Amino acid sequence: MSGFSTQRFFAYLKKESIQIIRDPSTTLIAFVLPLILMFIFGYGVSLDADHLPIGLLIEDTSPSARSLEAAFTGTPYFEVTTSYNRTKLEDDLSAGLLRGVVVIPQDFSQNLLRGTQASLQVLVDGSEPNPANFVLNYAQGVLKNWTDQLLIEKKNIFTLPIDVQARVWFNPELKSREVLVPGSLAIILSLIGILLTALVIAREWERGTMEAIMSTPIRISEILLGKLIPYFFLGLGSMVLCLSVAIFLYDVPFRGSFLILFMTTSIYLIAALSQGLLISTLARSQFVASQVAIIVGFLPAIMLSGFIFEISSMPWPIQAITYLFVPRYFVDILKTTFLTGTVWEIIIPNLMALIVIGAIFLGLSLRRIAKVLD
Amino acid sequence: MGSSVENAIEITGVTKTFSGMTQPALDNITANIHKGIITGIVGPDAAGKTTLIRLMTSLLLPTSGEITVLGLNTLKDSDAIHDITGYMPQKFGLYEDLTVIENLNLYGDLQGLKGHEKEEAFEQMLSFTSLKPFTDRLAGKLSGGMKQKLGLACALLSRPKILLLDEPTVGVDPISRRELWKMMKVLLGQGMSIVWSTSYLDEASQCHEVLLLNEGKLLFNGPPSELTKIVDGRVFLLDVPEKGRRTALSNLLNTKGITDGVLQGNKIRIVCKPDFSIQSQEYPWTPAVPRFEDAFVDTLGGGPGGTSLLANSIPKKGKTHIAPIQTEHLTKMFGDFTAASDISFTIRRGEIFGLLGPNGAGKSTTFKMLCGLLQPTKGKALVSGHDLKTATSQARSQIGYMAQKFSLYSDLGVKENLDFFSGVYGLRGNFRKKRIDLMIEIFALESYLSSNSGLLPLGYKQRLALACAVMHDPDVLFLDEPTSGVDPITRREFWTHINGMAEKGITIMVTTHFMEEAEYCDRIALIYQSKNIATGTPDDLKESVKSKDLPNPTLEDAFITLIERSDMHNNEAHV
Repeated sequence: MSGFSTQRFFAYLKKESIQIIRDPSTTLIAFVLPLILMFIFGYGVSLDADHLPIGLLIEDTSPSARSLEAAFTGTPYFEVTTSYNRTKLEDDLSAGLLRGVVVIPQDFSQNLLRGTQASLQVLVDGSEPNPANFVLNYAQGVLKNWTDQLLIEKKNIFTLPIDVQARVWFNPELKSREVLVPGSLAIILSLIGILLTALVIAREWERGTMEAIMSTPIRISEILLGKLIPYFFLGLGSMVLCLSVAIFLYDVPFRGSFLILFMTTSIYLIAALSQGLLISTLARSQFVASQVAIIVGFLPAIMLSGFIFEISSMPWPIQAITYLFVPRYFVDILKTTFLTGTVWEIIIPNLMALIVIGAIFLGLSLRRIAKVLD
Repeated sequence: MGSSVENAIEITGVTKTFSGMTQPALDNITANIHKGIITGIVGPDAAGKTTLIRLMTSLLLPTSGEITVLGLNTLKDSDAIHDITGYMPQKFGLYEDLTVIENLNLYGDLQGLKGHEKEEAFEQMLSFTSLKPFTDRLAGKLSGGMKQKLGLACALLSRPKILLLDEPTVGVDPISRRELWKMMKVLLGQGMSIVWSTSYLDEASQCHEVLLLNEGKLLFNGPPSELTKIVDGRVFLLDVPEKGRRTALSNLLNTKGITDGVLQGNKIRIVCKPDFSIQSQEYPWTPAVPRFEDAFVDTLGGGPGGTSLLANSIPKKGKTHIAPIQTEHLTKMFGDFTAASDISFTIRRGEIFGLLGPNGAGKSTTFKMLCGLLQPTKGKALVSGHDLKTATSQARSQIGYMAQKFSLYSDLGVKENLDFFSGVYGLRGNFRKKRIDLMIEIFALESYLSSNSGLLPLGYKQRLALACAVMHDPDVLFLDEPTSGVDPITRREFWTHINGMAEKGITIMVTTHFMEEAEYCDRIALIYQSKNIATGTPDDLKESVKSKDLPNPTLEDAFITLIERSDMHNNEAHV
């Protein structure tokens, strides 16, 4: 690209910046929408389940069974309906009123005292796998706590029938907000990078200004840089805003380095911007551009990034697809940087992937864009 | 190279085919565009005008053949071409959220103007376009005419050797159009070469040379007078009685030896074959100066006949004393902006009534109130005696409406559009099927039944849109800019139907900015700055502006003079 002119470049840059400031929709997408998303993910969406309605069927009325009952009713995770009537609880379970039923069988305390295998029965509604798992796990947890207590109080020597050793690292309270908020940064940057860029370029095509601009001596490189740089800074600005909200409003811990976060964000933004650019070379109407941007940019950021849906639990073809989209790498780095700290083993491979895919997109869009209309 | 270049632009065997299209947009075009003159690229919509101009700017590249601009090949030297040309695309290429001066600054910088050179160019352009008082206004808030001037100013900043304008007068009223032509004359005086594309054939005759395009083919290349010469001595104006002028036109068009005919006020303009003897005419006649359009239609083999199958299929409407359309002090306010103010007129049965006026004058607002799409703020609009405020559905069932740009569902097929609109208008059962079949037969849509209507040739789109609007046999037909951009043959065919329907007693209301189209109207209301400033027959309006300077005014002259008078009157009132 010969004859790069700073005068033309700055003229275009200035024009783009004025438009960003004047256009309310840009502010909306770059600052208001992220705040709304942060708000939804921070307060509205929670993947933690508490107050799960369960039934507790008591067939054993001994003091130890009573004490176990108290342990179940005492936990905030469950909303317990105690009953002696098995049929009623089972009916409620089938009707979906209860997520599960915990049965303390007749021989529970006898077995416990005898030191033989004492068992609890837990019935769960498998048609809703997530809450079912929660009920199972929480029930185990309650039982574990209860037996621990028992050991301390009675100093009995009998061996415990169950030995659950679950421990949660990094997010000890398993607060989903702490994962969701960093993850939503990836969505927000995708929105700005892909959607906004694709839209503003499509708008220039629609209004015929691109045609007028292209007929001037301006070079493609000047248009590209003049377009990308303002949106790059807009993206960074939005990132800073969201980061402040995450740290100061939601108290999400930040254990990594800001420098690395800045670096990764920049690279992610460049990849996203190039993707937006590529879309705009293919779709010249704002309607089509926004559809494409949402399908290839926004949805993968939500569904294929490991932000809400765990990638390792996806079927392998889908897992393979996630490698093609940038958000998964970025989300990995974000989660690590927020919750763990600087773990080079995670950061370096993800960063490399970001750089490679970003470079491919940038290269593709540069190849596609020529100063011609067809 | 360079020194030997005689022509501004040389086009050699250029064909342009877009992917997905079966026919080339431009088919083997060879032409030279000379230096220092205005060359018009003339033709109806979809003729290939825009494609040709974009090829000249090297924003498109030819599929085969080549174009050189002052010796520079568009394939290789696009940067150099952009340095020496100024280009104003359709819609003027302005950033609407930037002010006038910001737009100028942007284009000035892009064209590499520096320091005082830039200031000087701005100063010159602002006074040239009289935009100086508006430098801080957002471009989006300018009127159509002012946008056009600003677009032109941006294209002219670097003093290009060649100025390329793509349909600069679309959406611009006749006054601004005249000003643009004046500015072009000034630029020519400075040695610039100008290429100007237009679908208005009357603009062609003002160009020094034209390239006449139709469906991608070059029909003619040369001075317009050379084309009009072919119909020399074959164009006549016939004096017909006012009452029967439409029947007379229909008969004349069906006469062997007459290739074309249009209404022109109370006269009929005809083009005859060379061997036709005008002496045999029953009406008094005078020879007329041939126009570009006469020659164009003649080149294409003449216009359609004068019989409308559509009109023939319609029973004559019975007589009533109720006026089909009547407005009383119709007023529409948007906030504190008055879009239409105190508009009153009564339209007779079988009358063709035109609303004429510059963009933004209020004609669309008036029109929309009449077909019940907008509620008037004050006053009344009656259709066949039904008040549109209270009896909307009765009133609407009498109305056929054809919106601007033919409001068809472009993703639906021809048959599907007909089905849909017949359903919307409440046609049922056997009758519905019969009407649809009739429309297909009348408009010869048979071979297109399953095609997407978005992909139809423009002429067929227009036929289909008309079919959809008249299927339910309305008493009143509203046409919003019905023939914008269509070729003259299609326009004639369209007006044959409209004339025929008017003869059968259907009342027709039409908005237009085409003067030729306005000539077909029985009466015209001229709307300007939300007011009805003049009503009358086309001849009345022409008569009212006749003066020593304008002994033989055209309808466009009348339009401009009446508006200027209204402005003068307003200024006096303010002083």
